[in-house]
Amino acid sequence: MTSSIAPFLIFFAGAVLAALTRGWARSVVLLAVPVIGALNLLALNGAEPVTVGMLDYTLTIVRADRLSMLFGYVFHLATFLGFIYALHLKDTTESVASMLYAGSALGVVFAGDMITLFVFWEILAVTSVFLILVRRTERARAAAMRYLLIQVLSGVILLSGILIRVYETGSIAFDFIGWSGFSSSLILLAFGIKCAFPLLHNWLTDAYPEATPTGSVFLSAFTTKVAVYTLARAFPGTEMLVYVGATMTMFPIFYAVIENDLRRVLSYSLINQVGFMVTGIGIGTELALNGAVSHAFVHIIYKSLLFMSMGAVLFRTGKINGSELGGLYKSMPKTTVLCIVGAASISAFPLFSGFVSKSMVMVAALEEGYSVVWLALLFASAGVFHHSGIKIPFFAFFAHDSGIRCKEAPTNMLIAMSLAAFISVFLGVYPWPLYDILPFPVDYKPYTAAHVLTQSQLLFFSALAFYALKLTGLYPPELHGINIDAEWSYRRLLPRAVRGFVRAFQPMDRGLRTAALNAFARLTRYVIRFGGPTGALARTVSAGGMMLWVVVVLALYLILYLA
Amino acid sequence: MVANEKGKPEKRYLFDNPRNVKAVIFALLAVCAGLFVADNYVERYYDHPWETLFGFYAIYGFIACVVLVLAAKELRKLIMRKENYYDD
Repeated sequence: MTSSIAPFLIFFAGAVLAALTRGWARSVVLLAVPVIGALNLLALNGAEPVTVGMLDYTLTIVRADRLSMLFGYVFHLATFLGFIYALHLKDTTESVASMLYAGSALGVVFAGDMITLFVFWEILAVTSVFLILVRRTERARAAAMRYLLIQVLSGVILLSGILIRVYETGSIAFDFIGWSGFSSSLILLAFGIKCAFPLLHNWLTDAYPEATPTGSVFLSAFTTKVAVYTLARAFPGTEMLVYVGATMTMFPIFYAVIENDLRRVLSYSLINQVGFMVTGIGIGTELALNGAVSHAFVHIIYKSLLFMSMGAVLFRTGKINGSELGGLYKSMPKTTVLCIVGAASISAFPLFSGFVSKSMVMVAALEEGYSVVWLALLFASAGVFHHSGIKIPFFAFFAHDSGIRCKEAPTNMLIAMSLAAFISVFLGVYPWPLYDILPFPVDYKPYTAAHVLTQSQLLFFSALAFYALKLTGLYPPELHGINIDAEWSYRRLLPRAVRGFVRAFQPMDRGLRTAALNAFARLTRYVIRFGGPTGALARTVSAGGMMLWVVVVLALYLILYLA
Repeated sequence: MVANEKGKPEKRYLFDNPRNVKAVIFALLAVCAGLFVADNYVERYYDHPWETLFGFYAIYGFIACVVLVLAAKELRKLIMRKENYYDD
């Protein structure tokens, strides 16, 4: 059986239904939509592209090839898990926005042309901002506005790039583009903003930690991975991306080590993980691309799991700073175990899902002769274990006892986390179902004795380093405060510069305006003096006097004429 | 022992007992030692010259984390600000 229903349509219809229903009926809708969507997706596999005509163009709203199908599967899975996690919510705005957001992510990955791509790119930005706004704090509102501004900027740049490219090539098809020339640079920049390239990344670390506990689970799954998909589609083998990706794996881990807000630690580690994907896309071999997209797949699941566990902590305690937490394993033992599964998965421990995907990118880097990049990725692998694998569980659930005693996470949250943990372990132990849906045939064996040993050595000695640093008191304590990053340029420098500019030009501006006003006043006075009610030009004179002056003028004229 | 709000002494949890903490640390040290020695018995492929070094991954992992943490600590002096830094 084949289908011709676009995946996003089911989600958008679901959003309408979710807006109209309440209580258990809405819960049924929210959970049924990703299930029905998944059944439709299976029927779409290998189906003909779905097109609609619009004006002079034929839009391809569904292109179901191996690459888009893989992202389609994992987006449905993430939506399903996310809505189980959010089942306790009564907030209509958040439920509807989550559904529209997931739907527009599907719209992007199945878009076969650049116009459809752009439309969903923008809907993605606008719907996701509500997941931050519904936190309903002043901080969240401000972060949401900054987030929206940057996302819309990405859209505007994308549109400019698309318009130029369509003019140049005459085709709206969205396929391999490659980095050459102005239009492709614009498109790459737009993708790069959404992908959190270095220096363009702060919208993520700014906004995700301000979202609601449930919102950040959705946010972590879609936006950056949509960008990874578009990069894998349009720019595989772009060498620059190897170095961009390697940088992305490296610099966030330093921030993550000293960051206090644990959801912000996860945001930095998200950039680090996306860096592995971007590197793989840049290398561009079959192995590297398989590694990049399989890493995207497993990453969505374990990153959701980590954001869920920290969301549960925030939900129950109202706190998320490492300096205020600790000892929660006593109150939330199940959440603790599930968080550790997520931590082991992101750290790529053998038998956990990160192990079977990340190493493909690393092997490909070596095979293609990127030795320094490989060393960087290895450094980042140790680093990600350090901040996501150890720091997150340690400071939230162990460390010193904060004295906080709360209830275990709600059942729906525990179910969602358990499912995500199960998938992470399942794919770690038995990766073949994932390998079967990768874009290229897989000739890679993750479980060799050498791979298991080397990865275990790397991780256990990283843990040893953590213990040694703790023991010697060298480990930096969790401190209140924020760390400035590239966002400093637009949150501090730009406002300051504008203020400085205003301050410098205010006297000059005031002087100029005063002078202009004075000149105008003088002109008015002058006009009034001559043309005003008492002015010379408006004075009334008697008829006799006028006659006399006329006679005088005529006489003068006569004399001049005759002379 | 912490007393809960009802005034009853709270039950002792797993890591309230220092012996359990010690056991975890001992296990970590034992696993590390075992993995390091295991380098002798597992045949590795060498794609990168550094990999030929005995226990390369173990040493690299350890050094990487120490460098990471100490560098981040220094970085803190440079980039850390008060929590309301952007608000005023």
